Amino acid sequence: MTDTIAIEHDAGRAGATTGTPNGGRRGGRRAGRRTARPLWEEPPTAAGQTAKGLTLGGVLAVVLVPLWIIVVTSFSTPGAINRAGGLVLWPDGLTVEPYRQMLGDPTVRTALLVSLGITGIGTALSMAVSVLCAYGLSRSRSLGHRFLLVLLIITMFVSGGLIPTFLVVTGLGGYDRWWALILPSAVSVFNILVLRSFYSETSTDLIGAARMDGAGEWRILWSVVLPTSRAVTAVIALFYAVGYWNSFFNVMLYMPTDSPKWPLQYVLYTYVNKGNSLPGSLNSGFGTAHAQTAPLSLQMAVVVLTLVPLLIVYPFVQKHLRTGVLTGAIKG
Amino acid sequence: MTVPAVVLLVVFNYVPLFGLVTAFQYYDPLVGVWHSDWAGLEQFHQLFGDPLFWEALKNTLYLSFVQLALFFPIPIALALLLNSLLSERLRNFIQSVVYLPHFFSWVLAITVFQQMFGGAGVLNQFLRAHDVGIWNVMTNPHTFALLVTSQVIWKEAGWGIIVFLAALAAINTDLYEAAAADGAGSFRRTWHITLPGLRGVIMLLLVLRLGNALTVGFEQFLIQRDAVGHDTADVLDTFSFYYGITTGNYSYGAAAGLFKGVISLLLIWGANRMAHAFGSDGLYRR
Repeated sequence: MTDTIAIEHDAGRAGATTGTPNGGRRGGRRAGRRTARPLWEEPPTAAGQTAKGLTLGGVLAVVLVPLWIIVVTSFSTPGAINRAGGLVLWPDGLTVEPYRQMLGDPTVRTALLVSLGITGIGTALSMAVSVLCAYGLSRSRSLGHRFLLVLLIITMFVSGGLIPTFLVVTGLGGYDRWWALILPSAVSVFNILVLRSFYSETSTDLIGAARMDGAGEWRILWSVVLPTSRAVTAVIALFYAVGYWNSFFNVMLYMPTDSPKWPLQYVLYTYVNKGNSLPGSLNSGFGTAHAQTAPLSLQMAVVVLTLVPLLIVYPFVQKHLRTGVLTGAIKG
Repeated sequence: MTVPAVVLLVVFNYVPLFGLVTAFQYYDPLVGVWHSDWAGLEQFHQLFGDPLFWEALKNTLYLSFVQLALFFPIPIALALLLNSLLSERLRNFIQSVVYLPHFFSWVLAITVFQQMFGGAGVLNQFLRAHDVGIWNVMTNPHTFALLVTSQVIWKEAGWGIIVFLAALAAINTDLYEAAAADGAGSFRRTWHITLPGLRGVIMLLLVLRLGNALTVGFEQFLIQRDAVGHDTADVLDTFSFYYGITTGNYSYGAAAGLFKGVISLLLIWGANRMAHAFGSDGLYRR
């Protein structure tokens, strides 16, 4: 179980263990939240308010300042980087040249396409499989659904581990194949349980009415269940997409070290983290002074590139995050 | 409808489970799992005599402990702080910022740390500019435990508050009002109402953390192993990888993996027993 799953899983169980009757269920709704200070609460002290403000400001800065520095540096001219002696804290001569150069580099371009492809195909596949499975398991009269549920949950606690999985994937011919980056991690039992607990909640009246009108199971799933659970679908899709976009170790495991099939995270690792140069034009960047490693601005542009898709999608899904995370496995 | 998911789980979860028999073999990729010679417990015998294995186990437990001590309280404190904010918009803004790093890959998170604290990072840029020498946090084995724990805090502490915020929202506000009417100050209200309200979640997370004591993260160590050296950065999971896959000694790695899996199951069971003894539900009910 990875850390992420563990945390999400914990989150899912939270409602159950605190014995929450309604709070957290179907997220979004903030039961008991207030926007005005209740009468019985003491007025805040100046010192308390200041300490609170400073702490929260500090927390925000810890997350945002490094990202700011990286973005500014990625847009900086060689002059600005020289004057700063490295990373640039405040804009001082901006240029889009690093990005032009990065997108002109064949290695980065291929990696971007590979990453987008794996994320797109993987997410579509994972969602299709998970939605079907969750819907099947949510119909409590379906064939063997108890047994299948147990079969799923067992995998959350027991796994063959790294090496047996590696042997199975390579045994099936997965070495140096893109499917090896998708299929082994295509199903997340946690995500299925979250979806299932939502689908079980879909009004039985609604489903009954649809059935009266002659709708079959597929029709009910597509026209009744899915439209009433858009938020959770979006959140689970984000979880899957982030997983694929960020996948790194699988590449190390199943792709040869000089593969032209690298996704972006691996380029980031080799090229920025380890500071190696890539085959391609990157290392002949800004003049000969930096012949060995590529210019800093170019490296930071690669960092920003791995962030951009996330930052595009995040705002749309962010407000639903609570929903997806907290519903998980309450009944699981 | 469940068929595709079940097929994938059987192929990539249940078949590897069967593949654990390789831990009792001298697995040879050329002849496969059906025809490899049996080793009995030889792999385990060798494993328990391997100082590198004990080092990895020691590192794992140590890092687990440091993470528990330093990471665990932070999401609780942050959640309390956020919950005390009156402005809904400010609260939402801060939440969306602190959740963000959870969605970063480890490569990205470590790159960010490198750019801040590495040899050519912002910190050393500043130190150099003021002639104070260099302090490379990223390659220092002595502070490695603190480094990786702060990385985990940076990446996951914000995400960790979701659970606690939900538990806080579930606490009946009438309790606070009644307590205030009885003259309880804000500290006593926190102590007697808020913390007991969080008890279930805290216990649950503790059980999971103890049950996962042998799992401290994988990619994080894989990526930083070269910088600080294997004797500091090897944990059980990376041990399986480096001494099982990269050396081609599959059975040996599988044995290490099986050892970890079995102990982890025992830990989860034990931690859960403990939770029950304290009157909490834990991971599953009795």
